[in-house]
Amino acid sequence: MNASQHNSTGPLLRCRGVSVDYVTSSGNARACNRITLDIHPGETVGLAGESGCGKSTLAFAITRMHNPPALISEGEILFEDRDILKMNDRELRDFRWKETSMVFQSAMNALNPVITIGEQLTDVIMAHRDVSPDEAIARGEELLETVGISKTRMTSYPHQLSGGMRQRVVIAIALVLQPKLIVMDEPTTALDVVVEREIMDELFDLKKKFGFAILFISHDLGLMGEICDRIGIMYAGNLVELGDADQVLENPQHPYTAGLVSSFPTIHGPKERLYGIPGNPVNLLNLPQGCYFQERCAKCFAPCKTETPGLEQVGDNPPHFAACHLNRMREESAA
Amino acid sequence: MSEAAEIIVEDLVIDFPVGGGLFKKNYLRASSEVSLTLRSGEALAIVGESGSGKSTCARAICRIYPPTSGKITVDGEEITSPAFKWSQRDYAAKVQMIFQDPFGSLNPVHTIRHHMARPIRIHNPGLTGDQVEELTISSLERVGLSPAKQTADKFPYELSGGQRQRVAIARAVAVGAQFILADEPISMLDVSIRLGILNLMDDMKKDGIGFMYITHDIATARYFAERTAVMYVGHMVEWGESDSVTQNPKHPYTQLLISAVPEAGVRKDRESMAKKADIPVRSPESRGCPFAERCLQAMDHCKTEMPAATKLGEDHFVRCHLY
Repeated sequence: MNASQHNSTGPLLRCRGVSVDYVTSSGNARACNRITLDIHPGETVGLAGESGCGKSTLAFAITRMHNPPALISEGEILFEDRDILKMNDRELRDFRWKETSMVFQSAMNALNPVITIGEQLTDVIMAHRDVSPDEAIARGEELLETVGISKTRMTSYPHQLSGGMRQRVVIAIALVLQPKLIVMDEPTTALDVVVEREIMDELFDLKKKFGFAILFISHDLGLMGEICDRIGIMYAGNLVELGDADQVLENPQHPYTAGLVSSFPTIHGPKERLYGIPGNPVNLLNLPQGCYFQERCAKCFAPCKTETPGLEQVGDNPPHFAACHLNRMREESAA
Repeated sequence: MSEAAEIIVEDLVIDFPVGGGLFKKNYLRASSEVSLTLRSGEALAIVGESGSGKSTCARAICRIYPPTSGKITVDGEEITSPAFKWSQRDYAAKVQMIFQDPFGSLNPVHTIRHHMARPIRIHNPGLTGDQVEELTISSLERVGLSPAKQTADKFPYELSGGQRQRVAIARAVAVGAQFILADEPISMLDVSIRLGILNLMDDMKKDGIGFMYITHDIATARYFAERTAVMYVGHMVEWGESDSVTQNPKHPYTQLLISAVPEAGVRKDRESMAKKADIPVRSPESRGCPFAERCLQAMDHCKTEMPAATKLGEDHFVRCHLY
């Protein structure tokens, strides 16, 4: 979508081998395992996977918002070459919202129910910018109008708004300081499909206007295929596939991605029985030796049980990566 | 019990009181002239946004809400008539409901065996302990929860969402339900698990169980259900054979709904299919088509007169003045 912007400067955000552990009494659960991911300015990157695969944990790590028992045990997260993990409190306070903002999963509950929309909007402005209350209110009103809500709603409380409007307010708050990156953790999951469509359309108008990058976390591959430039697929804390959105969805190189893609009945395609992915997600406290997906994989063979596959390049134009022994085997048989 | 069982709903109207004073009550019309037929061995999908009255209709069929007017006939017995003498227990053995949230619908302090045995005992008081156990195990196996004996000993927290939803289905089939009203049974489950539950219910249709599948996901409705009804603010706006409704939608609202479904690789043209307006709240006094405010093709009489059902094809009906 914004291919021209990608290479002009370096990546906006670079995750280098980021691991996040949840420390529990029965051992450490590794929710993110050595994730390496770049996000370029103006790019939309999607992260998909089932619950518990670590996609939200990674989002929290990027804004350093995780609390114990979550612990970033290794790796670095560079935002424009500054390491977020080494920032002190003041730098962090400056970085959050001004550079990266976040839209949470249940955005409908992310608003404080006892203060007005206007106060919540101006609060962010006043905290980060040196402006008078009147200026803050004017800016807040302007933002509400940008996301399609009348400015008379500044004095409304969250319960007086519908779910879709609340979601828009949350997006408006995320846009207040014009950050370069917005992390969106399942922003439309709780909404009806028609409202979801309206909000996604508006979001893309805003993106065009302000040019921010989006890290979009969701389990809805259909929606991702529509809006994302690149898609990463996570399973049990590992990034198992990463590549151009159309390629990942149309030509998946990891059996998990293929299973996930075929878990969604389509509205127009042929009507045939789909099988999805058998079995249940793996327990992070009791991981098997070898590939974590082996138990549910129909194509599992000997090396899968002994050796954990790493993320390897399987295509180069545009770059496409997958972590599966099958790809190496295919390469060897080709050579 | 006849072979081809049916639930026939005719002109179901349900009003809920909302505020008002002592002498003048205000009502909200949650379901307005809903007519549908549920056949055994088939699935009927009810599709609509939140607040469209789809759950209300299912609850009325379960006799949780009394209808304001209209008729519900199950196997030739009119359950809404004062002459209907069945106990709720006898009725529940025939018509069961599955709820959206498998985390809230099972009691956390009881084992799965308890959850299974209780309805079996209530509906079959004559069974011995061994027979109850046997039915428990066979029902759990039927929904794919094997090894069933170990599963029966577990507590709900030890099961995943998909497994819990399977327990809910097993409970419904264990008492011999002929109809299962599934209220968004997969919307809270993980994407990789959803299809398994849909396929399980699909297999059960072959055993003669009739499903009412309530959902907001019109793509899964097409996948699972033979027939689909689209609801908007308490009104059925379009219904009929699923493929006909989804591939050739005629009502502007159905068209809007289908255009909103995300599809990988397809960047939708961004021309809006509807005017921006709030979803209306209907009262018994409301007139006209509920979608008229948002409809791009609305005509003058749309606001004053509710269109009657028009037959478009073999099994495809719409309520819209355009046809």
